[in-house]
Amino acid sequence: MPTFFEKKQLVIPGDLLAEGEYFAGDNTYKEKNKIFAARIGLADCTNKKINIVALKAFYFPQMGDVIIGTVKQVGFSGWTVNIKSPYIAILRASDVLSRSFKPQNDELSQVLTAGDLIVAKVASFDRYHDPQLTVGEPGLGKITRGQIMNITPTKIPRVIGRKGSMITNIKNETGCQIILGKNGVILVTGKNPKDEELAMAAINKIEEESHTSGLTDRITQFLKEEKAKIEENNNE
Amino acid sequence: MNEKPKKLINKKGLRLDGRKPDELRPVKLKVGILPNADGSAYIEHGKNKILAGAFGPREMHPKHLQRADRMVLRCRYHMAPFSVPERKSPAPSRRENELSKVIRDALLPSLFVENYPRTGVDLYIEVLQADGGTRCASITAASLALADAGLPMRDLIVACAAGKVDNKIALDLMDTEDKIGAADVPVAYMPNLNAVTLLQMDGKLSPKEFDEAIKMAIEGCKKIYDIQKEALKTKYKIIEQEEVEE
Repeated sequence: MPTFFEKKQLVIPGDLLAEGEYFAGDNTYKEKNKIFAARIGLADCTNKKINIVALKAFYFPQMGDVIIGTVKQVGFSGWTVNIKSPYIAILRASDVLSRSFKPQNDELSQVLTAGDLIVAKVASFDRYHDPQLTVGEPGLGKITRGQIMNITPTKIPRVIGRKGSMITNIKNETGCQIILGKNGVILVTGKNPKDEELAMAAINKIEEESHTSGLTDRITQFLKEEKAKIEENNNE
Repeated sequence: MNEKPKKLINKKGLRLDGRKPDELRPVKLKVGILPNADGSAYIEHGKNKILAGAFGPREMHPKHLQRADRMVLRCRYHMAPFSVPERKSPAPSRRENELSKVIRDALLPSLFVENYPRTGVDLYIEVLQADGGTRCASITAASLALADAGLPMRDLIVACAAGKVDNKIALDLMDTEDKIGAADVPVAYMPNLNAVTLLQMDGKLSPKEFDEAIKMAIEGCKKIYDIQKEALKTKYKIIEQEEVEE
């Protein structure tokens, strides 16, 4: 039962990846016992399961994902939120106010207005309903400070690193708080803008070089060098 | 187009532009040239110059066009006023509406529409210069634009036409050959799945000639597919190169 690709080979939709007893993983599909690629990406095989790490994709909501969204519209009993996916998310007023919502008492636009950024969790989503968000957990809610950046959603796992090694690394080196939205939006909050910019530069570097190995070490080095430069400037 | 050439194939067996009957026009493809679109592609197929841009999947507007069980592909084929020798009115014509539909139907089998209910994908195809066989070139470019937008696809789709000129079956007709020639058979094809997604014919062909034309068109598709594949990989190759250095 052969596979027709090398590890981390660039494949395009329609490429035949394997024949026989293999399972179709991410971004692949099975037809007549053959596995084909469905997206541009790098192919990989573990335990007879064939996955493709896509180089370009969009965010598809999943229950339990933490995401960062922009409030689009204030409605009668809640808000619509743009979460950079094919579906527009709904945030209900009763969820934010954590008590029953009475239109005569509460003015929704005073809580959140169009343009506000929120960290939220996908509470429910299926084929028939738009994703519903919740902010009723610690760490979720309106964003008041920090900087926002966007990367391709498929590269979020790379920014997290193996067991979170990459992200802890950046957090420790820069002293910034970083929230990674599964939809590719990242919030960086630090003590001063310079720290934030350093963290963002590191994340940009990860996105650009996300398919190379030994990246964690190089990012550590990059952060140390940059920090040394900043200190030099301060001393002058 | 003032005087019609009498012979489309000369004594040496060559066509008006010096091609052999089973020879393609030169094809050039580029992916990802429109930064504002989610995915885009540009094709030069002989004298045809066509741009394709894709958006989505995104929420479908107007809402009544949404389908509760699948994604909707909306396609617009449009010819620029300067794309043909005589100015073409920029308003969508009957022919353009039909081609939009034909291209959409040719591309749909490659998409997993059932996985993304209630969403829509917009595809805009702009013909900058036309010289026969624009529907085929459009399909080739549009398929690349969809792949570049990050949409999961079963296979890329390539299209190519074959026809009959001067009683001989020939590949990839250009405008003059198409207009004077006897028949034209455009074919869209998924090379890895060996499936035809578009098959049209205008003119007259005997069953034998028809079979020969399809065979020839599919051979042409396979040749264009190699170029198409290369074009898509080129955009993402930078990443691959970095890997080699490691």
